[in-house]
Amino acid sequence: MEIAEELARQQKAISVAEFFEKNRQILGFDSAPRALITCVKEAVDNSLDACEDAGILPDIFVQIKRDGDLFTIIEEDNGPGIVKAEVPRVFAKLLYGSRFHCLRQSRGQQGIGISAGVLYSQLTSGKPTRITSKIGPGRPATYLEVMINTAKNEPEILDEREIEWERARGTRVEMEMEGSYVRSRRQSVYSYLKNVATVNPHARITLVEPDGTIEVFERAVETLPKKAFEIQPHPHGMELGGLIKLLRYTERKKLRAFLKETFSAIGNITAQEICQISGLDGDLPPQEIGHDQAKRLLSAFKAVKVKSPPIDCLSPIGESLLRAGLVKEYRLDFLATATRPVAVYSGNPFLVEVCLAYGGELSSEGRVEILRFANRVPLIYQQGACAIAHAIEGITWKNYSLSQPGGGLPVGPAVILVHVASTNIPFTSESKDAIADMPEILGEIDLALKEVGRKLRRYLSRQSALSERREKEEIIGRILPRISRKLAEILEMQEPEIGPVVAKIMGNVLICRHVSRENGLTSVRIDVENHGDLSRSFKLHDLLGQEAISVDPPARKAQIKDGYDYNWKLALKSGERATICYKIPTDDAPFSAPIVEGLSEEMVTGAKVILS
Amino acid sequence: MSEPAERMIAGAAEEKIMGLARSLYGQFQDGIVPHISLPTRTKANIEYDKDEEVWVYGSQETLRSVKTVRGAKSLLKTVHLADLLIKEHLRNNRGSTLREIYYISENWDIAKFNEQSESDRLIEDLEIVTSLQREDFHVRPEEDGAAIFGPLHIREKTRRGERDIHCQDEVGEAGYQIPFNVDNIEFLGCDAKMVMAVETGGMYARLIENGFDEEYDAILVHLKGQPARSTRRLIRRLNAELGLPVTVFTDGDPWSYRIFASVAYGAIKSAHLSEHLVTPTAKFLGVQPSDIVDYNLSTDKLTDKDLQALRSELSDPRFDSDYWKRQIQLQIDLKRKAEQQAFAGKGLDFVTKEYLPARLGELGLA
Repeated sequence: MEIAEELARQQKAISVAEFFEKNRQILGFDSAPRALITCVKEAVDNSLDACEDAGILPDIFVQIKRDGDLFTIIEEDNGPGIVKAEVPRVFAKLLYGSRFHCLRQSRGQQGIGISAGVLYSQLTSGKPTRITSKIGPGRPATYLEVMINTAKNEPEILDEREIEWERARGTRVEMEMEGSYVRSRRQSVYSYLKNVATVNPHARITLVEPDGTIEVFERAVETLPKKAFEIQPHPHGMELGGLIKLLRYTERKKLRAFLKETFSAIGNITAQEICQISGLDGDLPPQEIGHDQAKRLLSAFKAVKVKSPPIDCLSPIGESLLRAGLVKEYRLDFLATATRPVAVYSGNPFLVEVCLAYGGELSSEGRVEILRFANRVPLIYQQGACAIAHAIEGITWKNYSLSQPGGGLPVGPAVILVHVASTNIPFTSESKDAIADMPEILGEIDLALKEVGRKLRRYLSRQSALSERREKEEIIGRILPRISRKLAEILEMQEPEIGPVVAKIMGNVLICRHVSRENGLTSVRIDVENHGDLSRSFKLHDLLGQEAISVDPPARKAQIKDGYDYNWKLALKSGERATICYKIPTDDAPFSAPIVEGLSEEMVTGAKVILS
Repeated sequence: MSEPAERMIAGAAEEKIMGLARSLYGQFQDGIVPHISLPTRTKANIEYDKDEEVWVYGSQETLRSVKTVRGAKSLLKTVHLADLLIKEHLRNNRGSTLREIYYISENWDIAKFNEQSESDRLIEDLEIVTSLQREDFHVRPEEDGAAIFGPLHIREKTRRGERDIHCQDEVGEAGYQIPFNVDNIEFLGCDAKMVMAVETGGMYARLIENGFDEEYDAILVHLKGQPARSTRRLIRRLNAELGLPVTVFTDGDPWSYRIFASVAYGAIKSAHLSEHLVTPTAKFLGVQPSDIVDYNLSTDKLTDKDLQALRSELSDPRFDSDYWKRQIQLQIDLKRKAEQQAFAGKGLDFVTKEYLPARLGELGLA
């Protein structure tokens, strides 16, 4: 026998289950604490998807029990339940699922998740997974014990019976496995569920930890998120191979009809236009289109203007729910959100939402906290490999009032939440830890981050204006009077007048009257100076008991009860100064403070203020 | 100094501080935002004064005004300090240490100093504004125990009368302790040919034990790390009044070069007093980076901070000479540093029999 023939005899197909049995890290089972989180995550993802599909407000119960080295995870929901015939394959067959072939946003995509958990459980504990499901009140619940036959990737049923279950409907999964329970800040079942609760404020999640501690993440809203609809692929971002595959297997007889029916956002007119640009006959059977023609068709896709993909295939969390979710879990001073319009990468519509929370009880030491979500599922591992982290690092945060020493993530008391929703999230690996660096996705995250960044900058500059005001009040109220008192003590003189200095520091309009009396004549000079940054116009009144002479500049004069109201209209630019002089033909004329009309009280020093 | 003369100096100091108070008072009256401007005290703002041959502050100024809370508080503290110096110190002929002033401020409410370095700095500010020294305000540092040992006969005026002391024959092994006000010392006689300032106590004791002071007619000064003003003032007086050449013997690391620089060129913090404290003709004896190679000394690795300090010295105008650039660059390349005590590895007498005679020869002093 030839060597090649010998070798050929050893070749055989590998069951996908066997493959993952040997490569469990690909699915997120690479360490003991992580395996536990991954199983909880897969179970909770399924429950939330099922509840939302059925229009039920999710009420999810998770319990972790510990028995020596083995942990038992119990996960229960109030969802629609699973029909008996489907249970074994849903839980004990890899790559079996309802969502892989459909273009719609959902948490699960490939149909690997929970069955991988079942596989890991049977590998480490040798025990089957126990599933209870009930599809409606009044019907019996089904109880099943299943394992995966890894050689065939087919379910094996070890036990099956009908039991009584107090829930009206729902599904309960119970699996035993090796693991390790930690309750650290990040990367734990606790913080995973907390993050789930943040972006799913319509869900109530209860966690019972191994030590018996009960944590309830309460529902913040009573409405379900908008349901995502299934759509067809969008011509933008279509790839050549994908297009050729669609052409070959379509049931349409004519190219024009193929275009219209296969893609979203293409109607009669656009289909005609595409045919024209590519130079292909619209009546051509799609199956007969060759490689070169497909290429021309693809470049025609890029040349025509088509609508964005319909957004109803995506279900963004929405500003108000993001807000509700974050405020529920954190104490904050400021919060900004941004939602980008739907965009497309490789034919898949996607949408980016960003929420930036600042201040409050967030720690101002160290880098900001990042919460990453893909289709409402928290991502907790491999932050450094994720497009979300890369987009955040790509921003010059200094421009938005956050420091960023040495580049990388910014520093400050902030949480940045980024949610990417798509019919197909491009993960870097099957363990779904990190979103791949697709340029379109990076670009959209970047724009959303800049939008919340601008809002943050505006907020912080307003805050610093306020604190500047407070600082000035501190100087004027507490420090200046002490300096002047102490100086007077040292020099044994009268305390100096601090009004002019106060006006300068506050940027006020300063009014200062100088009086000299001699030879039966009182000479008065009023200096008016604008120390502010802006021009000020106002009226200055001086109430005198008798008539004045040599009034310069001339004043309007009105007779009032006990004398005269002299008033001047003044308009002073920043830093400008005006002087008013007059004389009174006695040397004992009394004066009251001048009166300013038309400015607010805190802008004036040295005069009374009346409203105009 | 006679009583009336002291009174006169106190009166002059009081007048200068009052002048500062008057100028602030005048600023209030004229509606000018009260402020003091001071020379900027960084290495970017020191320049060489050719006449005095010392480094002094350049023309950059820092404005301290009441426009900011920091500036306003600083001025308030300055005014409190001025009040203390006039009323408690100068008018009553009393004094306090720097540390005591920090504690006195406990009663000043919002004008209280947050830490001693803050009150120390404000006193330096007052020195600059009044062109006086803190001794003129009766402010003294804590004794730091720096000492001298050698053939020098002095008379010190103490609070308990005058004392005549010979700093070789009439002192213990530790030497004569330098008082905080060196201007109370009168030189009576001197048989020395040179002054050698030594950084570490270990080397100071080694030189005394080996009889180096007798053999070379040297006055040994123990710097005790970064030298106090009084130590630097004494070295300057020995150099200026007795005409003794001065050498500085330190460890071979960047911090020790700064010790030498503060003796020979002046410190950045006290550049306003350089003409009183600095000995421009002082020579650096060692340990030089080239000695590490020439004598194959045992060494330690430079830390990141050491390297940073060396690089910073390359841009320090005080080290802007061919000699220093060569030595510092060599050390950066070697990545090693050596202590004075490293010579002990070659025998206890090596430093006094071989190294120092050779170095003094190179410097033309032996």
